[in-house]
Amino acid sequence: MIDNMITPFWEHFAHEADVGVRGVATSKEAAFEQAALAVTAIVTQPEKVAAKERIEFSCEAPDDELLLVDWLNAVIFEMATRRMLFSRFKVKFAGHALTAQAWGEPLNPEKHPLGVEVKGATYTMLQVKQRDDGLWCAQTVVDV
Amino acid sequence: MDLNLLEKQSDTRWYIAPRNGMRVPAVIYADENLLKEMDHKVYQQICNVAMLPGIVQAAYAMPDAHWGYGFPIGGVAAFDAEEGGVISAGGVGFDISCGVRTLRTGLKTRDIEAYKKQLADQLFRDIPAGLGSTGRLHLGNAEMNAMLRGGARWAVAQGFGEETDLLYTEEQGCMPAADPSRVSDKAKKRQRDEMGTLGSGNHYLEVQRVARVFDKSIATAFGMAEDDVLVSIHCGSRGLGHQIGTEFLKSMVITAADHGIRLPDRELACAPIHSQTGKDYLGAMRAGINCALANRQIITHLTRQAFARVFAEARLSLIYDVSHNTCKVEQHEVDGRQRTLYVHRKGATRAFGPGHPDIPEAYRAAGQPVLIGGSMGTGSYILAGTKESEACAFSSACHGAGRAMSRHQAKKQWRGRQLMDDLATRGILIRSPSLRGVAEEAPGAYKDVSAVVEAADHAGLARKVAYLEPLVCIKG
Repeated sequence: MIDNMITPFWEHFAHEADVGVRGVATSKEAAFEQAALAVTAIVTQPEKVAAKERIEFSCEAPDDELLLVDWLNAVIFEMATRRMLFSRFKVKFAGHALTAQAWGEPLNPEKHPLGVEVKGATYTMLQVKQRDDGLWCAQTVVDV
Repeated sequence: MDLNLLEKQSDTRWYIAPRNGMRVPAVIYADENLLKEMDHKVYQQICNVAMLPGIVQAAYAMPDAHWGYGFPIGGVAAFDAEEGGVISAGGVGFDISCGVRTLRTGLKTRDIEAYKKQLADQLFRDIPAGLGSTGRLHLGNAEMNAMLRGGARWAVAQGFGEETDLLYTEEQGCMPAADPSRVSDKAKKRQRDEMGTLGSGNHYLEVQRVARVFDKSIATAFGMAEDDVLVSIHCGSRGLGHQIGTEFLKSMVITAADHGIRLPDRELACAPIHSQTGKDYLGAMRAGINCALANRQIITHLTRQAFARVFAEARLSLIYDVSHNTCKVEQHEVDGRQRTLYVHRKGATRAFGPGHPDIPEAYRAAGQPVLIGGSMGTGSYILAGTKESEACAFSSACHGAGRAMSRHQAKKQWRGRQLMDDLATRGILIRSPSLRGVAEEAPGAYKDVSAVVEAADHAGLARKVAYLEPLVCIKG
């Protein structure tokens, strides 16, 4: 039985050269959203990013795991090219495609403590699955 | 790593006989201590690489090898296109042609002692570093394509540097057969404002002193002596390379089955060299190499300008520029026969021995300079390629210290400000826009670069020439 009150969360897990990102939530959508927040947290502290501007984008891949990589890469691309940081995400699935909204603001080194730049999401430790406790887990290693 | 899994062939050469689908053996170059510290994942990954179609001779791991994606970082593998050989985006890495270039300055340590702080501040002002930083150069479509075809040669033609710089850059500054039409609009968009930027993570610009010379005659050939001040630049192909890596990793995962390739792990995504995906990746990856060469060339120009503002007499000349994330077509002797091979080096440096025609004439008797970046607190090395290196691992050597600890752990263990203060008391000035980045790059998070270099030297991969100590480090 899934307790719908469980707060979704993200975490980083150790990888020798890079960083593992993991989102855990009661739904697959929310797990994807949390995994993207974990990416933001490599770049800066998500709580310092105001959800001022909203952008929309979409991606598509043959299965859930490839879709997670595509999703994170889309977030990385939007961050890099718009020079923005995001602190809130909303994901909606339609088969093996997803549409997303992301809220954030332009990167400002005065306001946002900088970590490292994210190059891309890899297929290492890649997993999208519903765990025995019913929670969805979406994880992979990103190259920094 | 469990040493019982390996057959010891010498103190620094460890052999893994083919098993479970491996087409060739795997060989790890490292001493016993480095091996004990090495993650077991390196063993798994190098064995997986040995399973790929068309691999020739053996899959190799360098002394600084650590857990990567697909290939280990510090992995070397060569493929024969005529025997179904493959090319792998994960075997090159996201940061295509990431590499190091080292310049002489014509200055001695005593010349800069009193101006070190001024120099650090000037370099930090003039070299765009860190997350979200942009260069002063903004490329439109036609210029972008010209840069991707021309590499450092293009940059010099634009006024960033000198013709002689090209002589001392691999491929003479321009990777042939680059195909900008295989580089997506997204990759070009990601690069538009990033020319001449260092990036972040483990990338840096360092002012160093030659603290020790091990081989005087080779050091002389490379134009350096004890107490000389040098500058080293470590960075790659920026957003463009990352996006090419991202896109081709995906298309190789999706098309592998169509090419009849059964992957032991999908992070090993690859495509036959002769397939359309393989050809497209080669064209794009070569454009990525040119982007990295142009980027390091522009940063060289900015470095010269910064130095000139502090030292009117400084004259910065390039010793050499090496790339350590590439796949290149090379001739190698295998079982007494010359073969054309696609050599992947991921976190590994090309190390051609004396006499190789691709080495600049001034260094041909000495061997190719091999530039090894250490951490900001320890030091770096310059090595030279050897004759034996050809038989050891297709003329390849290590590329750096290699991480011993994850960023996650490092961030918990150190504070950026404290580290900077500690290093300053040792005379090493750090400038960085990211305190967290400094903590994650703490010297203690890296393997002992000296142990890595000793192992490479002992194994014959490359020969120790000089040890460099950091004076100023601009961290991205």
